Amino acid sequence: MSGVGLDPKTAPLFPIAAKTAMGNTQLRKNVRHATDLIQAKRARVVGEMPDWQDLREAGKQIRQHTMENLDFYLEEFEANCTRAGGVVHWARDAAEARRIIVSLVKASGSEEVIKIKSMTTEEIQLNSALEEAGIHPFETDLAELIIQLGEDRPSHIVVPALHKNRHEIREIFRTKMNLPDLGDQPHDLADAARMFLREKFLRVKTGVSGANFLIAETGGVCITESEGNGRMCLTLPETLIAVAGIDKVIPRYQDLEVFLQLLPRSATGERMNPYNSVWTGVNAADGPQIFHVVLMDNARTEILADEEARQTLNCIRCAACQNACPVYRQTGGHAYGSVYAGPIGAILTPQLQEMHYAQSLPYASSLCGACYEVCPVKINIPEVLIHLRNKVVKQKGLSAEALAMRTMGMIFRSERRFRAAQRLGQVAETPLVRKDGWIGWLPGQLGGWTQARDLKKMPKETFRDWWEKRGKNGN
Amino acid sequence: MRVLERLGHTVEFPAGQTCCGQMHYNTGYQAEAMPLLERFVAQFEGAEAVVVPSSSCVAMMRDHYPKMALEIGKAELIGAVDALLPKVFEFSEFVTKRLGLEDVGAHYPHRVTYHASCHGLRNLGLGDGPVRLLKAVRGIDLVELKGLEQCCGFGGTFAVKNADVSGAMLADKVSAVLETKAEACTACDNSCLMHIEGALHRQKMDVKTVHLAEILAGEEAAQ
Repeated sequence: MSGVGLDPKTAPLFPIAAKTAMGNTQLRKNVRHATDLIQAKRARVVGEMPDWQDLREAGKQIRQHTMENLDFYLEEFEANCTRAGGVVHWARDAAEARRIIVSLVKASGSEEVIKIKSMTTEEIQLNSALEEAGIHPFETDLAELIIQLGEDRPSHIVVPALHKNRHEIREIFRTKMNLPDLGDQPHDLADAARMFLREKFLRVKTGVSGANFLIAETGGVCITESEGNGRMCLTLPETLIAVAGIDKVIPRYQDLEVFLQLLPRSATGERMNPYNSVWTGVNAADGPQIFHVVLMDNARTEILADEEARQTLNCIRCAACQNACPVYRQTGGHAYGSVYAGPIGAILTPQLQEMHYAQSLPYASSLCGACYEVCPVKINIPEVLIHLRNKVVKQKGLSAEALAMRTMGMIFRSERRFRAAQRLGQVAETPLVRKDGWIGWLPGQLGGWTQARDLKKMPKETFRDWWEKRGKNGN
Repeated sequence: MRVLERLGHTVEFPAGQTCCGQMHYNTGYQAEAMPLLERFVAQFEGAEAVVVPSSSCVAMMRDHYPKMALEIGKAELIGAVDALLPKVFEFSEFVTKRLGLEDVGAHYPHRVTYHASCHGLRNLGLGDGPVRLLKAVRGIDLVELKGLEQCCGFGGTFAVKNADVSGAMLADKVSAVLETKAEACTACDNSCLMHIEGALHRQKMDVKTVHLAEILAGEEAAQ
């Protein structure tokens, strides 16, 4: 059973959740260690590519073109997938997607499913819907298995159990798999998972997967993975159900040339994924004989309609931005209250909630730009963050902050007021300034500053004063 | 000012200038930033070069002013922004790229470490320009900062809105600074320096923060 899902509708504000998360020193150590490791690997394999910047540009262009013609490519995908023997379903939102999948599993006659890691199924909290319907889902990706057995929640798009170290994982396996003597070496843990999962692969008749790419030209569903569990889930069951956001489509088979270079190098620092599967319809001689694809919107068309935020949909879920983000590296993923954490989560999550929830996420960034720098499809995340902040400000209307901003705007619009404000500032700060000329405590929201820092008092002579005096003296 | 004058340039300070609008814009108050763009253009139009001692302000102008001008929609303003922006330089960029200099005749006999501010590093692509300027300073003992490209956690209103995360990022930056045993930490952006200085002072550490221009202004007699 998985634990309570991450739900942006009920999650606490980011600053509050972040504070709680940062109290867990083991989690912070694990996150730091893992992201350092992946970043170093990524840097190595990206560095050896002389055409990396060209690849990024190609990736961006393909994604942008796809989004501008999304209706066309989705219909092309549907036609080609259907022709190859697949059945395509359309889901307006998460609830409809869950309903469709549950009924498809029931129709398959199975009370269990084996699952390939899929953030889309996490987004719609599919596992709890399956359980409520009396269907038992088995996660087969190692990290997702750890999360499921540990009744935990994913904290990273690519490495969902990144916040756990191997000692913690051993404890989970020991209890849940009943292996009192299990060692904590990577091969011990992998062996235990392999034994545990093998039997499920052979027994369970229905598989559920996500999709990395939907190929419009052929109707194929592409899944990349590192462990081989995906290949098992794609080949052994009688029924396969793939669920994907409508943003996952790419126009041509040949486009994989670009994305199968960008994705593994950015995601795990591998030159290529060990397993790349493209599943096109049904083949009488082999594999699942019933193949469903559920295409889900779930607020993606709303994102598409916002010209400035549209690039959010270009994401190929590599999580390079999470690994590079100094905020994510301090807090880990759970603080974001969404399966999509880190910089991409900070722009994707509130938009998937149509800006009704998660409004604190666009502010969970210092706008340092590390995310944009590593993004394989060049999503300008800081630009989208600022755009979303503007939406939040408009939504909130009049507030103390808005008034302060308006006042400062008024001051900055006039030299006279600016000079007066500098003088006034010198006077106003006086009660707060200590004998040593520093401020150690500030009231209200500004108190955030003085939590960890002092503030030097304003200089007696402003630059303006100095400059003007200097002019008069003829220096 | 002193550096530019020493290099033989005439420096003017338009008294009507105030703020580029970055704080408003980045916090989501785009409407408040619009008039500040118009003000900036009115103040600096006609200058041969506009030198800005803050990388994030320059990034604000380069990354957002063209889009903002289009949104305001006045043809004259759009033209003026297009004409003015190529003349706007961050201070170290002006010296290395516009003037093509590395040695500006400075003297600064102290152990110094350099923090690459995010906007300078990523948005402006300053690269090793500031470091080359520092290396040419006489008497300087320049020591590399670990995690040079890591944000100090300032991020404008981020520092108050997400004070805990910002404080943790700052703590990492400050321990890297202390590890260098430098007497001074320098950067091309006063906001990062104010942030780092605030924590150094809180921790009662005797490390100064100085803007790159202050180091380049150093002269032998003055030391």
